[in-house]
Amino acid sequence: MYKLTEVTKTYGGRNAVSALRGVNLSIADGEWLAIQGRTGHGKSTLLQILGGLDRPTSGVVELDGQDLAQLSEAEVTAIRAKSIGFIFQTFNLIPTLSAQENVEAALVPLAVPASERRDRAARALTQVGLGERLRHLPSELSGGQQQRVAIARALVKEPTVLLADEPTGNVDEETRDEIIALLEKLWRELGLTMILVTHDTPVARRAERIGVIRKGKLTISQDRRPAPAA
Amino acid sequence: MFLTYLRRELRRRARQAILIAIGLAVGVGLVITVTAASAGVRNAQAAVLHSLYGVGTDITVTQAPTAGSGGFGFGFRGRGGGRPAAGTKISFNRLSSREYGPIAATSVAAIGRLRGVAAATGALTLTDTKVSLTIPSFSSGGGFAGGDSGNASGGRGSFKLPDNFSIAGVDLSTGAIGPLASARLTSGRTLAVSDASSDVAVVSSDYAAQNKLKVGSAISVGNSAGKSTSFSVVGIVSAPSGSANDVYIPLARAQAQAGLVGQVNTVYVAADSATQIASVRKEISALLPKATVTTASSLASQVSGSLASASSLATKLGRWLAIAVLAAAFALACLLTMSAVSRRVREFGTLKALGWRSRRVVGQVMGEAVAIGIAGGVVGIGLGLAGAALVSKLAPPLTASLGQATGSATPGGARIFGGGQPGGFSGAGGFPGAGGSGGFGAFRRLAASPTVTVHLAAPVTVNVIVVAVLLAIVGGLLAGAFGSWRAARLRPAAALTRVA
Repeated sequence: MYKLTEVTKTYGGRNAVSALRGVNLSIADGEWLAIQGRTGHGKSTLLQILGGLDRPTSGVVELDGQDLAQLSEAEVTAIRAKSIGFIFQTFNLIPTLSAQENVEAALVPLAVPASERRDRAARALTQVGLGERLRHLPSELSGGQQQRVAIARALVKEPTVLLADEPTGNVDEETRDEIIALLEKLWRELGLTMILVTHDTPVARRAERIGVIRKGKLTISQDRRPAPAA
Repeated sequence: MFLTYLRRELRRRARQAILIAIGLAVGVGLVITVTAASAGVRNAQAAVLHSLYGVGTDITVTQAPTAGSGGFGFGFRGRGGGRPAAGTKISFNRLSSREYGPIAATSVAAIGRLRGVAAATGALTLTDTKVSLTIPSFSSGGGFAGGDSGNASGGRGSFKLPDNFSIAGVDLSTGAIGPLASARLTSGRTLAVSDASSDVAVVSSDYAAQNKLKVGSAISVGNSAGKSTSFSVVGIVSAPSGSANDVYIPLARAQAQAGLVGQVNTVYVAADSATQIASVRKEISALLPKATVTTASSLASQVSGSLASASSLATKLGRWLAIAVLAAAFALACLLTMSAVSRRVREFGTLKALGWRSRRVVGQVMGEAVAIGIAGGVVGIGLGLAGAALVSKLAPPLTASLGQATGSATPGGARIFGGGQPGGFSGAGGFPGAGGSGGFGAFRRLAASPTVTVHLAAPVTVNVIVVAVLLAIVGGLLAGAFGSWRAARLRPAAALTRVA
């Protein structure tokens, strides 16, 4: 799925900052990788580069054989629209759209007809346990419910990759466990490749592999993937 | 999704959207009101100017004299063509056209029939030259003795320097324009249509003073043969400064005296309206290619009074005020839209992360801005219509003073043109009613002050409304463009890391 080779990211300006320094990483199809690290060490930067939201300063970011760094903005946007789902720490729902409409927004770039959009959005919300909250605005939902809407939005387009940036960072412990359990369930059911950024160790330990990023350098600290068949 | 998102977003920032819409509405409303008021003032001015039917003369037509014409010899040759004998007395009074060449009177009628011509009249501008001398005896050196001004006498002969004065032959049937129209009667009476064949004259007050003339005095008018005819002074007029004529006599008598029957040498033309002067001038030049066609100064600039002030106010101050308010409304719309986009940076970053292309995000912003613009335009139309209605209802009557009503010496009495009948003037160069419609009954007698009162209406046309709506949409597009530019430049990663 992903192959990163010597990826660096430096933010320029008066005080230049190296967010990533020579990251090498391979991520297989269907793998669940958790990336841990302290705030400001490059976790979110790595996730943004994996999702094509930002470009590396140097290095190669291959997704299914395509170097994202070499593609045009329009091509990367098309890949994001079709294949990559995002979940953010602050949910990032559109405040003026209902839960169903927020989920539909992910299908708009794929030119899905309106009626099919509505049906798929309703199904996705039902799948995350919000079948009776379709017309609620984000302001009418709890934090946990908002994150479920965001999960439904990320998965409604049946992506191959799910990138989650601190998905439980803004919810309480009980809700955190619910969210992670839901994500794990969906990961197993859908065969997604899931990369989850978290500073929360109990959350990270549920993943197959844990990468620790420290001052821009990534090391793998846990690998519970089954060994490949001989 | 587009319309739903648009509607919901405008409702979320309703206050800001309403503020932008009101700004645009005021600008658009002002444009409509000022445009309507300007149109109303123009209509009022046109009504006033139309009623003037071109007071005074708009165009004069003359022709250069042909070589050798108009002058005259002193007839010094004696019998057999030789030098007259010493002591021969020579005295003559000759009337001639020296400045201008002849124009057939039928041309005057033809000019009168041209499109845009309210009236045309012919006149003869002549010079009366009186010479009185005694042929001197010539020495071998030749020439006359003496030579100072006034009488020069001596044993060899005497002469008086030629006495010149200008005479205008006035067509009494169309005297409302022509050489006598702007003069003011100071004593006696002016020439009447019934004087057409009479030996009567009206003299200028300056000429009367110089020659000690009064009503009832007699003046000698020469003819082409050098003989004098006595004309009786029936009136004295005060002509505007710059007027070149000393004596005014009926045209037919001037033609007969000068030997120019059926001819004139100046045509005075009045146009239907000030806006037609240029086209009439062209037509006359085409009709008489050799003639010199001269237009009078703009008629509109002669209209003074509160109508002229309103016109200036509407076109200058009103237009600039409307432009200033519109510019301010556009600037406000742009600033507020950019501010709204700034506050939605994370939202747009999320949409881009979901796969929305920049142009879709830009389209959303533009759509919101144009919707506000349309709303502002609709309200602006209402404000503009209300403003125009207020102007029509509350504007005080405007007055226009006429720069040139005909003078009191106008044959038939002073008057201003108009009266509402089409064609106001008859054909030119002839008697009443000849060749035209309306006749001279169309003239209104000048009974009161030459001031016209008009009531201002402010008409709103469909064109103005369409322009106003377009202006509002342009305002929306402009605001949307500024906001969209900002939204399009957003990099998703940077947008998502912004603190909401």
